[in-house]
Amino acid sequence: MTSDRSEADRIRGLETIWAPPKGWRALSAVNHSIVGRRFMVTAFAFFLFGGVLAMLIRAQLALPGNAFMGPEAYSQVFTMHGTVMMFLFAIPIIEGFAIYMLPKMLGARDLAFPRLSAFAYWCYLFGGLIVVGSLLLGMAPNSGWFMYTPLSSSTYTPGINADVWLIGVTFVEVSAVAAGVEFMATILKVRTAGMALNRMPLMAWYLWVTAAMIVFGFPPLILGSILLEIERAFDWPFFDPTRGGDPLLWQHLFWLFGHPEVYIIFLPAAGIISTVLPVLARHPIVGYTWIVVAVVGLGFISFGLWVHHMFTTGIPNLALSFFSAASLLVVLPTSVQFFAWLATLLKGRPEMHLPMLFIYGFFFTFVIGGLTGVMVAVVPFDWQVHDTHFVVAHFHYVLIGGQIFPALAAAYYWLPHFTGRRMTQTLGKVVFWLILIGFTLTFLPMHLTGLLGMPRRIYTYAEGAGWEALNLTSSIGGFILAIGFALFVVDMLLQLRTPGKAVRNPWRTGGLEWAMDTPPPSYNIASLPWVRSRLPGNDSPDLAGELAEGRGLLATPRNGWRETLAVDMIDGQPDQIVLLPGPTWIPLYTALATGTFFVGLLVKIYVVAVLGALAVLACGLVWVWDSGLKEDPERLDIGCGATALPHPAATMPPSLWGLVFLLASNGALFASLVFGTLFLWTVAPNWPPPATLPADVLSRVVTLAGLALALGGALRALRVGGRGRDGARQVWLVVATLGGLIAAAGFAAVPAVLTPPMSGHAYAAVTAFAGAYMAFHAFLGAVFTAYAFARGRAGWLSAVRTVEVRAAVIWWIYTAAAGLVTLALIHLMPVLAGP
Amino acid sequence: MADLWWVMLAVGTVILFGIMGTALYALLRERRGGGVSEVAMLAGGGVVFPAVTLLALMFWSVVQGPEPATVDATADSPAPFRIRAQGHQFWWEFIYPDAPGGPLYGAAEAVIPAAAPVVVEIASDDVIHSFWVPRLAGKLDALPGRVNHLRLSADRPGLYAGQCAEFCGNQHLAMRFVIEAVAAEDIDARLARLAATAPDATLPGAEDFADHCAGCHSADPRTRGGPGPNLAAVATRSTLGGVLPYRSADDLRLWLTSHRALKPGSKKPEIMADAEALDRIIDYLESARP
Repeated sequence: MTSDRSEADRIRGLETIWAPPKGWRALSAVNHSIVGRRFMVTAFAFFLFGGVLAMLIRAQLALPGNAFMGPEAYSQVFTMHGTVMMFLFAIPIIEGFAIYMLPKMLGARDLAFPRLSAFAYWCYLFGGLIVVGSLLLGMAPNSGWFMYTPLSSSTYTPGINADVWLIGVTFVEVSAVAAGVEFMATILKVRTAGMALNRMPLMAWYLWVTAAMIVFGFPPLILGSILLEIERAFDWPFFDPTRGGDPLLWQHLFWLFGHPEVYIIFLPAAGIISTVLPVLARHPIVGYTWIVVAVVGLGFISFGLWVHHMFTTGIPNLALSFFSAASLLVVLPTSVQFFAWLATLLKGRPEMHLPMLFIYGFFFTFVIGGLTGVMVAVVPFDWQVHDTHFVVAHFHYVLIGGQIFPALAAAYYWLPHFTGRRMTQTLGKVVFWLILIGFTLTFLPMHLTGLLGMPRRIYTYAEGAGWEALNLTSSIGGFILAIGFALFVVDMLLQLRTPGKAVRNPWRTGGLEWAMDTPPPSYNIASLPWVRSRLPGNDSPDLAGELAEGRGLLATPRNGWRETLAVDMIDGQPDQIVLLPGPTWIPLYTALATGTFFVGLLVKIYVVAVLGALAVLACGLVWVWDSGLKEDPERLDIGCGATALPHPAATMPPSLWGLVFLLASNGALFASLVFGTLFLWTVAPNWPPPATLPADVLSRVVTLAGLALALGGALRALRVGGRGRDGARQVWLVVATLGGLIAAAGFAAVPAVLTPPMSGHAYAAVTAFAGAYMAFHAFLGAVFTAYAFARGRAGWLSAVRTVEVRAAVIWWIYTAAAGLVTLALIHLMPVLAGP
Repeated sequence: MADLWWVMLAVGTVILFGIMGTALYALLRERRGGGVSEVAMLAGGGVVFPAVTLLALMFWSVVQGPEPATVDATADSPAPFRIRAQGHQFWWEFIYPDAPGGPLYGAAEAVIPAAAPVVVEIASDDVIHSFWVPRLAGKLDALPGRVNHLRLSADRPGLYAGQCAEFCGNQHLAMRFVIEAVAAEDIDARLARLAATAPDATLPGAEDFADHCAGCHSADPRTRGGPGPNLAAVATRSTLGGVLPYRSADDLRLWLTSHRALKPGSKKPEIMADAEALDRIIDYLESARP
């Protein structure tokens, strides 16, 4: 039978093309299933490490006057507990889950940028090892996980401790932003045919909003960390109030990140509930549109709450009222979701399987956390309980209730997807009750401990304070909780190893991730479905079988390409074939180079850091050189009578969307810098500065001319290139490159020549930093434009293959806009608000 | 405050039971599935119900809550009693800027008039601390480069315990302090007594103090001194360094010889005085005990 024969050939072809490398070469794999698994396993290992630290804390506080740990050890342990849990577990576990699951739910074969997620993994691993390693050397961060300066400044924390936090965490955040860009572009573009926005699984909506929040929410902290590290290393006084800096600026930047962070952690967990609960309730989710609106709204509101972490800093009463009201407002989108879940339960016929047990555990714990959250949003109440154990109890209810319970539900729900076997529920029930009881025993009494006045972060307390029994209860509860997690590990290992009955789609759901073999093959699905509803599996009796037989899109491999579809982001009509990269070492090398840069900063050997940065640039250029086509492609058949262009010939391939989102993230960092500058001008003590920039006309004219040449040249290059005039395009690219270099020189003059000494006043420091930021971007723009020139010379560009030129144009639009704002900021502010 | 807490706790408990009850009912009822209005659930439960509840809470908290504590009340009339609380790693300095005869300096223990408006000027020269006397007011941060004003009033005379509420380093927990409220008519007499409390300068220990301690500490309530706490009235305090109960000269000796072990991470340097000099210093400081 020829058709059987060709089916076997097709499958063999897919297997060969998508096969991850074996042995030590496995480190070069970029398949999303592998990278996602690595992320999740690593994050869980860090979770266990953070859990051990929690046990140390509970051991120390079990008894009054305990000499188990001294104050320095205790400071390091509680700082690391928070840091590890927030940065090395809570966010990365979400990234790992999304990397693994997103393409499967979207009916794709991989993410938009497989190499980027591999790079994100290595950055995460290396950054995490730096942070954790410091504790083993006794040099761990010790100023608390929110690192308030001046305590974290070089005056009060002279060792390497704070540098480890600033540099290690930033390294990990680079990874998070990379993953965020990856998810935003993937969800918008790399879906299967027919998956219009309103047919996307809710999880995709949740993860897109989460990714957007990472992309916009992390930059303020990245900027804050860069500024604080520069202050520590080079004495630029951004936060030193005696020299025009302001410690409150750090708090604003930190919580501008820190509050969205809470919802970044919660949203994917809520997405798990919205995915798993309807399946086990045997009823489609009620209020899909309501939930989408609520989730998007939550994303926006969460950026307007950060000041509620600063109610006790003495900010004006009007601001207190505003942020208190905003903090209460955030209840609404959350309660819409809760009532959508309740309505689904009421309309359905819920079955009490193990994942459902954890969902009920989530209801019980998270509602309590939400209610205490409302309490602390009320300003007079917060003034009492802020920085007491009440708040510790509150946020553990929110974080463990809001993330761990859903994550455990997810672990059991999707376990059959990893093993391909039916799971057993016996041990899991014990795990649930141990965790619920241990958790409640630990954190419910802790509310009272806080109301009785026990502050956070004290390494011991005196007998007779009235906190003894409560603390002992919490400690006992903590150990029960730990036993619960240990048993979870045992259960997972047993379930992964013991043979069981093979099963496909054990929960009988129409979700696309179950319309494939389990465990999933390296290419996920032998052919992509053309979907017509939110639960495509319900539309045909055997979707998985049909897809496996190749009765879908992109069934026949060609040219050895790793192919998946990109669609119109609104209506889901297929518009490109995305050609994905195979195994490569470049993500690992780039991450190693990035690590060299960060370690150079950490040990203060700046030659190493500069070499590392140059290596990153070199790796980046090698990275992008690899992709593209040397000839103009035809529209290719994708099956079902449809055709599509390969992405190198598309107007907006996913890579350009990735660039747009990356620049949006960069823009958030720049906006934070503008905010910081204006904040210092208007709020910080000891302003205006003693000396400002000279009124130097030459540098401004040169800078503006450079920017105009660069942007204009890039635009002209795109235009003439699109008409097939390759020679003219090359000339304009040279013009743009030169313009970029001129602009870079103009901006570099600000820190190099024009500003007063940077250590003298925060004005000089922030002005020099803005100049350096722009010089860096103009220089990179020149490099990218020169790169496009080189691509043109090597024959990768044509009238239809214009990706590199478009990338240069997008970069210059951003740089020119930011450049104008910067020029206005550094030259107009001294005139407007100066002495 | 207490009312606010009990109301929030009661309403919160009802909400918790309502949600859990509904979820469990969905699971345990006999006849599964059934009619429930989606719009009623989503709009009524998800939007209207929390909106109404939260508006009521905001209204209640505005009506019931204390007046804003952070208002700069220095322009009030009659003029409130002013006291400055200056956070240091790791002790609180208290300054009475308006004391009769000029400013007075003290540490760890402070006195205010009861049943009278008091404004605490909260500041710091090093890291961020937070001034918190739970029974008198909410907490307010001590930020370097700024002065925050906390308005409070003690209903009746008595001792009110306070502590630092913002992590400020390894001895964060040692930043405990006591506010004593005295009858308003006695406050001037108390300040006068404070101004008169000082070690006997004719004792031989005065010279040893000058040699070994005066670089950081003042023993004169009218002089601020160096980076360490003012020690004029140390003999009247109930704790040493925020960590050691202080009842007798022996406690002071223990503190002076082993403060590094008692308060690890403290900025206080080792004392280089020999045993006899130490005895004389202790006699000198103890002489201020009434």
